[in-house]
Amino acid sequence: MTQIVTLKGVSKSFGALTVTDAVDLAVESGEALGIIGPNGAGKSTLFNLIGGALQPSEGRIYWQDHDITDLPAAQRCRLGIGRSFQIPHPFVGMTVYENLLTAAIFGGDAQSAPQTCRRVLELTGLRPKANLQAGSLGLLERKRLEMARALATSPKVLLLDEIAGGLTEAECHALVATIRDIHASGMAVIWIEHVVHALLAVVERLVVIDRGALVAQGDPKAVMADPMVQQLYLGIDADDAA
Amino acid sequence: MTTAPLTRRKAPVSLIAIFVTIVFLAAAPFWASRGTLNMLMEALAFLALAQMWNLLAGYTGLISVGQQAWVGLGGYLFFALAMFSGLPLLIALPVAALLSGLIAFPIGWIAFRLQGAYFAIGTWVIAEVFRLIAAQFSALGGGSGISLPIDVVKSLATSRGARDMVMYYIAFGLGIGSVVIVWLMLRSKWGLAFTAIRDSEPASESIGIRIRRVKFMVYVATAASTALTGGFIFLQKLRITPDAAFSVNEWSAFIIFIVVIGGIGSIEGPILGVILFFTLRSFAADWGSWYLITLGALAIGVMLVDRQGMWSILKSRGVPVLFKTTRWFEP
Repeated sequence: MTQIVTLKGVSKSFGALTVTDAVDLAVESGEALGIIGPNGAGKSTLFNLIGGALQPSEGRIYWQDHDITDLPAAQRCRLGIGRSFQIPHPFVGMTVYENLLTAAIFGGDAQSAPQTCRRVLELTGLRPKANLQAGSLGLLERKRLEMARALATSPKVLLLDEIAGGLTEAECHALVATIRDIHASGMAVIWIEHVVHALLAVVERLVVIDRGALVAQGDPKAVMADPMVQQLYLGIDADDAA
Repeated sequence: MTTAPLTRRKAPVSLIAIFVTIVFLAAAPFWASRGTLNMLMEALAFLALAQMWNLLAGYTGLISVGQQAWVGLGGYLFFALAMFSGLPLLIALPVAALLSGLIAFPIGWIAFRLQGAYFAIGTWVIAEVFRLIAAQFSALGGGSGISLPIDVVKSLATSRGARDMVMYYIAFGLGIGSVVIVWLMLRSKWGLAFTAIRDSEPASESIGIRIRRVKFMVYVATAASTALTGGFIFLQKLRITPDAAFSVNEWSAFIIFIVVIGGIGSIEGPILGVILFFTLRSFAADWGSWYLITLGALAIGVMLVDRQGMWSILKSRGVPVLFKTTRWFEP
């Protein structure tokens, strides 16, 4: 396997506040990687750094072996980094289908955009909502749209930021199945999630972030059994952590 | 739940409405009095300016209060070309617009160093600089301005009636053309990019839209077409002065009023705004300051009801969309 995204000593500070602290992380192509950590640990900031919405204060970010630290977000998307936002940013004045179409045309292959959108609508279960205004969607559907829009850019690595919260048990199972399908198609997935049991049903490797730093990583079961991680997650149901 | 929108089958009604309006306006020289024709010319020119400002501010979020820079530059370049280059007037007009577009590249490069409110103020300052520069050219009348020489005016057409006719159709082309071009643009893939940028810049970047590049392109294109309209406005007035050409009141405040009250970020909004603005002006213009106070109060009133303007209020009451841009998913 080859490394698709690599972070070397990446730090991000806002004034005196360090939100990302010297993170070294390599993501293999086709890998399913989970990221957990307490609120405010800097998980979403990590996505902003990988996606290019933020510039690191220190360190470099690589796509395969190209340095992309200075590349704007739009060009990183075209390389193959697709991301969702924790707080959904739908294009509210467009339909769901148009949201995907825009992503497919500008972030993916414009020629095959309608087919790509059709496939993504099926995959994410948004097809019945295709012609609805995105502004009329509820929060859960907006989160679904975040994932769908990122998928429409035909990424090689998909960054998912907390999309399982608030789902019923059945919906959560369906989401896990969808993400497994996406992963099975060969796409690398990096998933930040508080719903740990959903995460563990998909990921092959787990990374724990606390106060901006990478504090544990490895086999998901082993990481969750780590006393320090349990300490961090004290208060989370033992069944969830299992 | 099926989601077929009701407005889908109403397309013919809106097409008929558009067609009737175009025919009605195209025939204006044959039914309108000279006064009405002049008012229509002005309204059509304002429509063109409003559509361009709406594209800039309503879609790409570039709030410029300095579009008078391009109205005035278009006017001055047109006067200079008409008087000194010997180009026919109808050629000088687009050439002035093209030159303005070229000048918009370096000016835009400067303005784009600034963001948000700073961009707005920056564009205003740039327009003021343009005004001061325009006043330096004594060949163009310096600070007191200049009239288009009568022989130059007569080169358009010898009789006044024929000149009115030619000018009206230029205005018609500008007004209708601006709507058609914006509509076609919004139906193209760039329309998706503009709407995406309007709705969320971070998300637009994340799906591969190079927003700075798109914004710059829109800035230059709207500068050129605003200059084209500016050239026409001063052809119609036959006289240009730095104060009239680079008036922030006339070419920014009124235009912003029109777009904001009509409905920013839609094609219908500026059209509604122009109709409202000229209706108001026709009976309230001699109220003096009270006229401006009324405009301001009206704008605040509409904003309090719906920040998306009158078009949004009408749309929520079931008025069908006139200019359809939606791409439907066909299952």
